Amino acid sequence: MSLQDDVIADLKARFADRVLGEGSHVGQRWLDVKREGILDLLRACRDDHGCDVLMDLCGVDWLDKGMPERFCVVYELVNLKKAEHVRIKAWVPEDDPEIDTASDLWKAAPWAEREVYDMYGLTFRGHGDLRRILLPDAYQGHPLRKDYPLVGHGERQNFPRYGL
Amino acid sequence: MGLDSWMAEGAMTTRVTDLVSWSRKNSMWPMPFGVACCAIEMMATLSSRYDLARFGAEAIRFSPRQSDLMIVSGRISLKMMPVLGKIWEQMPEPKWCISMGACASCGGVFDTYAMIQGIDRFMPVHVYVPGCPPRPESLIDAVIKIQEIITTERANRAVSA
Ligand code: SF4
Repeated sequence: MSLQDDVIADLKARFADRVLGEGSHVGQRWLDVKREGILDLLRACRDDHGCDVLMDLCGVDWLDKGMPERFCVVYELVNLKKAEHVRIKAWVPEDDPEIDTASDLWKAAPWAEREVYDMYGLTFRGHGDLRRILLPDAYQGHPLRKDYPLVGHGERQNFPRYGL
Repeated sequence: MGLDSWMAEGAMTTRVTDLVSWSRKNSMWPMPFGVACCAIEMMATLSSRYDLARFGAEAIRFSPRQSDLMIVSGRISLKMMPVLGKIWEQMPEPKWCISMGACASCGGVFDTYAMIQGIDRFMPVHVYVPGCPPRPESLIDAVIKIQEIITTERANRAVSA
């Protein structure tokens, strides 16, 4: 059994009421979970299964593709001793785009969460420093949402003119 | 002893403005604003094979206060445009600007929410260089065009536009 099989079996047994489903692609499995109590699952991964690195935390917008919710936050965890990955997907609804921050568990989380906030407009409860990280502070909207127009809402034209 | 015989010794007459323009156009100090792939071609232009020093413009200055020719080579994002504008304003008059490549001139293929669609919406541009990226010969041509602008315009103009 690989680490991902262990973790998925264990989490399904211990947090049965929070699991929405699971899936796999090219041999990589993941667990779909509700956002409520996501920290309990992540803490179990870290403390009981040795996932000591949060390799990535990113958002996905599925818009109307028939997923459990519109947004999901993907946690890519790594156990450095075994050199294996574990993937957790937490689903976040459109009308209340909020989820608990993982910054107490991994120090790598805050910047990644700021990027998700910047690009998707998901807020992270308890983050403490949730500012835009890539776009200018005054930017309106969240451009990686699938219903955001490709050319923006006119931000490209609304700067002061220089030297004229 | 008339003026003619004195000039035959090797002196010539001109206007002060022409003299100033002549010295300006042969000693341009470029401010390289290289932010993407076009900057590689700009570096090639400056280096020995194409040798921009032949046109008196080899003294690259990364300080805007010491330069008078802005070469914008690369794509400019929303977050970079205020920086570019600030550097342009810090350059002392008289100053000229070359917009190098499709991205700086019109956004190029990057028609997205994050990209400025042509720096000329926000600051003056004197010569556009087409291409993606333009070859060094094109940039040299642009520098020569800037030199023509310098010779033809009034030397003591107050504001570049
Ligand atoms: S014009 Fe082409 S070469 Fe120049 S910055 Fe744009 S993509 Fe790069």
